[in-house]
Formats: sequence, C-alpha cells, structure tokens
Amino acid sequence: MDARRESEATPMKNRTTVERKSERELVVTRTFNAPARIVFEAWTKPELFKQWWVPKSMGMFLRSCEMDVRVGGGYRLVFGHDASNTNEFFGRYIEVTPHSRLVWTNEEGGDGGPVTTVTFEEKGGKTLLVLHELYPSKGALDAAGTGAADAMDETFTQLDELLVALGASLGRS
Amino acid sequence: MVQFRQARLDDSFAALSDATRRGVLEQLGRSDASITDLAEKFHMTLTGMKKHVGVLEKAGLVITEKVGRVRTCKLGPRQLEEETEWLERYRQLWDARFAELDKVVEELKQKEKINGRKTRE
Repeated sequence: MDARRESEATPMKNRTTVERKSERELVVTRTFNAPARIVFEAWTKPELFKQWWVPKSMGMFLRSCEMDVRVGGGYRLVFGHDASNTNEFFGRYIEVTPHSRLVWTNEEGGDGGPVTTVTFEEKGGKTLLVLHELYPSKGALDAAGTGAADAMDETFTQLDELLVALGASLGRS
Repeated sequence: MVQFRQARLDDSFAALSDATRRGVLEQLGRSDASITDLAEKFHMTLTGMKKHVGVLEKAGLVITEKVGRVRTCKLGPRQLEEETEWLERYRQLWDARFAELDKVVEELKQKEKINGRKTRE
C-alpha cells in the first residue's frame, strides 16, 4: 500500500535500454510520455537540445551548441570548462524527416565515427525513441567504448568528489 | 578467492605472452572462427592451433563450441564482462540525458496545452 502511494507521488520513470546489436551497432531505446512532435522538437531546437544533452549529473559543461537541422546542414557542440581546454563534436545531418527520423554523421574522430539514426514512433500518445549507432568497424566501436568508459570514469570520480563536498557542507550547516 | 584470481591472472599473462595467441584474440574480436580457419590464417598445423586455443580457453579469454565436426572459437566471458561494464556506463549516460529530456518534454507539453487551443485551428 505504501508502495502504491509512492508510485502515485512519483510517476514511474521509463527504462533506458542499451544493446550491442552486432559488432558494429549499438541501440538505445526509451519511451517518452509525449507525442512524437514534442520529443522531436526537443532533439532539433538547439535551445531545447542543450537543456538535456549534457545532464547536470555528468559534470560536463556545454559552451556552445549550433545545429542546422536540415539535410546537409551541420552541427557543432563544444564542451569544456575553459576556452583553452575544449572538446568538439561535429557532423552533418543526412536525413531529416519531421517527427519521425533523424540521421547524422559524427565526424570529430575522422573516418572512425559512427552514423547515428534516431527514430520517433508514436503510439497512443507516447513515443518510442530508438537511437541506433552504426560504426564503420568493430574496432571503432570498441575504441569508442573504451574511450567513453574512461571519460565517464573521470566524470564519476568528479561527481563522487562533488557529493563528498556537498555532504560535508550539509553536515556542517 | 584471492588465490583463484591470482591463478587466473597467471593464466592470462601466459596466454597473452605469445604473439600468435594475441593475433588469435584480435581475429576473434572481428568474428568467430573455427580452429581450421585459425590454423590456415596463422599458417600453422591444426594440432599447433589447438594448443594455442587450449591455452586461451584455460585463461577464460576464449570459449569453444563443437557443432558437428567443426569446433568454433569465440571471445570468452572475461572479454564479455568488460564489455558489459562499459555498456552499463553508456546506458547510465543515456538514462541521465533522458531524465533531463523528460523535463524538457513535460514543459513543452504544458506550453502546448496553454497555447494549443489558440494556435491550432
């Protein structure tokens, strides 16, 4: 009974799944409680996109976000806490179908970058989002995985430190 | 437990100390292969390749499965564990992003509710 009250207070969060579909493919899925046009809007308007792409919990800072969402249009995301130490991600949109499909390249890593396809499938007012990354080779996916794991390790360490600091300051007050 | 781990570590280092065996792991990283395929690729007799695969198998780096007359080799559970770990980290990143996206989507829904009647139709 308690559990029920709790679930009413905080609506159930939808599950995110990640699967390595083949040697070269990663697939992320998630359902959103909104029609596809709304979810699509949040992926294609830079002012909305930057509100969620870099979650606060990840300790990263997005310096700028430019997106020209149309076939052949480019995007560029710049991360970093100071101007001398930045990390850029960029590529081009190769398919843009309003409310249902986006495909873009990831060119910051040269030829080893994946092609990302996001599909938005609406059913009964909810949207199933499927993000598919196709790497040019197994090696490229493995390298991305190792790199991401290292980067996230670093982030989690920073987060741990932050939590310790917060815990300490709360304890004092 | 510690001793068990130590033994596994010794096996791993022994397995990885040989260039052919490292080559076999790299090859299996690309695709599963039969012992015959591997023997051919590394210009080796079947018996010689069986020995190498045996060492890798003992270290848990490779598993083999016999189907009919063909023994197929693939990367073992220890490789898979590492992979599962980074996939889980990757999942956490997306999960965190999507939790924020939920908020953005919720705001857009509210806005649409307020403006909807005026702008649509």
